[in-house]
Amino acid sequence: MALGFTLAYLALIVLIPLTGLAWRSASLGWAGLWHVATDPRTLNALKISFGTAFVAALINVFFGVVVAWVLVRYRFPGRRIIDAIVDLPFALPTAVAGIALTSIYAKNGWIGRWLDPLGIKVAFTPIGITIALIFVGLPFVVRTVQPVMEEIRTEVEEAAATLGANRFQTITRVLLPGLQPAILTGFALAFARAVGEYGSVIFIAGNLPYVSEIAPLLIVIRLEEFDYAGATAIAAIMLLISFAMLFIINLIQAWSRRRYGYGT
Amino acid sequence: MDVRVSGVRKEFDRFPALHDVSLEIKSGELIALLGPSGSGKTTLLRLIAGLESPTEGKVFFGDEDASLKSVQERNVGFVFQHYALFRHMTVIDNVGFGLKVRPSNTRPAKDEIRRRSSELLDFVQLSGLEKRYPAQLSGGQRQRVALARAMAIEPRVLLLDEPFGALDAKVRKELRRWLREIHDKTKHTTVFVTHDQDEALELADRVVVMSQGSIEQVGTPDEVYDKPNSPFVYGFIGESSRLPVRIENGTVWIGEKSLGLKADRPDGDGMLYFRPHDVELVDGSNGCIAGTVVASRRVGATRRVELMVAGAEERIEIGIDADHPATELSGIAFRPRHFRVFARD
Ligand SMILES: Nc1ncnc2c1ncn2[C@@H]1O[C@H](COP(=O)(O)OP(=O)(O)OP(=O)(O)O)[C@@H](O)[C@H]1O
Ligand SMILES: [Mg+2]
Repeated sequence: MALGFTLAYLALIVLIPLTGLAWRSASLGWAGLWHVATDPRTLNALKISFGTAFVAALINVFFGVVVAWVLVRYRFPGRRIIDAIVDLPFALPTAVAGIALTSIYAKNGWIGRWLDPLGIKVAFTPIGITIALIFVGLPFVVRTVQPVMEEIRTEVEEAAATLGANRFQTITRVLLPGLQPAILTGFALAFARAVGEYGSVIFIAGNLPYVSEIAPLLIVIRLEEFDYAGATAIAAIMLLISFAMLFIINLIQAWSRRRYGYGT
Repeated sequence: MDVRVSGVRKEFDRFPALHDVSLEIKSGELIALLGPSGSGKTTLLRLIAGLESPTEGKVFFGDEDASLKSVQERNVGFVFQHYALFRHMTVIDNVGFGLKVRPSNTRPAKDEIRRRSSELLDFVQLSGLEKRYPAQLSGGQRQRVALARAMAIEPRVLLLDEPFGALDAKVRKELRRWLREIHDKTKHTTVFVTHDQDEALELADRVVVMSQGSIEQVGTPDEVYDKPNSPFVYGFIGESSRLPVRIENGTVWIGEKSLGLKADRPDGDGMLYFRPHDVELVDGSNGCIAGTVVASRRVGATRRVELMVAGAEERIEIGIDADHPATELSGIAFRPRHFRVFARD
């Protein structure tokens, strides 16, 4: 019953739109699809989208784990406020974030004005895109890692210490491996979110074709040109790549779950 | 390794968890820290391990001041109540962890680590489970892995915090006997925490009874059971009955009646403690405690009767033979075989 409901629901919400997408892009035929996929502008947009998303997710994994650790293990005044701030990117309309980030990192912005003399341009470059994606992806890592960290008893660390492990060995051999599945999930979520992100990016990206144009924007451009087949083709390619990546991450997770017996 | 705790006080945010605790543990001894919840057992154990540092006082391992050493350097085996196994490591990797993290000049070769780990797993009767993960073991098995892991580093002292606390009664009993056997074989100096008096009395060479951050009594199981040296120990270990009494010229009185018991206490009010089952019934009413039965119930092989003692407010319990004819309202007179009088609180 519950299973049937779940499947029906998934079909309605996820599968039917995806089938529509596949159907639409199929009208191009393999040759047409290949043509769109190998078009340099499409290729560059995909490269930028997946590249920045990947870098942003990696950075988020690092800082997200640190932030989660501080929130779980330290008691300091203002901890609750920081805990709440982590959720801000969830709640803030992404366009607002995009505009705010752009004004900060633009040549005359708060931060941009200090970076500009150093020859570092952030706004309207892939670096800017990455920063926007770091912003929207952070809570995904923090919120997936945090509960698992809370479960780790300090006793496990103390056990490692009594066995002679120094702090570094305890972190690298005991804590991080124990968190690895959660970190991977956080990475996957942050990455997936970043690949699909539109609102916050288009303001800061500058949207120069071949340089800072992301794939979702290219889809919108094609739609505005009434090139529905072209738009759905790019969408289908993104879907394929995303699906493949999530599939691999899931495999790794299933493997580690079998090993560590999580949830048993 | 001898362990000496000397004048240790421990405060958490000004809250005193231990006051002036001193304790000498002889090499090879199996010692139980016994006491109610919050009495400071875990704190004392963690201080010995170096997981906490004393506010005042010192801990010695042999002649060496361990207070100057970090946890890592102290080389103690610590077994946590909730096992604290590394769940992403197999059983054998858990056991070998302490050897693997040694600096390279003292680290045994990989094969040697494996060999020693499986030997230990054999020793704790877990051979065949090397490849399992902790999640795939029962509670009792996990606890044995934790013990093997602690023993792998050839610890100078083995410290166990309520090692059987999270297990069911049957497994507890098995592991208890088994721990004693292991100790007899390895002769590790061992301190374990428990709030189960049966466990402490059955297992330990000496029992340390703790209450409210202080040591009340240290002694063999016989000593703490038969010669409790404080009202607390009387009440905490085994059963006890107590009666408010008065001391006059070295004898014990209730009201206007002498009980025919001697007490070496100064004259004045006191509280008489004795074991309910350690009494002899007497005829007559002089030189004894006489009372009226107000309730009686069967407890195992004996009968427990509740008495109202003339001249005392409180009711007391004593144990009598199951076939004793006493019923409600009949009179009974008895004399405790062993007793002590303490100051009234
Ligand atoms: N980290 C800590 N911070 C503050 N207070 C603590 C801390 N650890 C222990 N205490 C306090 O010290 C006292 C002794 O605690 P301890 O854990 O040693 O008791 P215990 O005898 O082991 O009790 P239990 O049988 O419940 O485990 C308790 O009142 C406890 O609240
Ligand atoms: Mg405790």
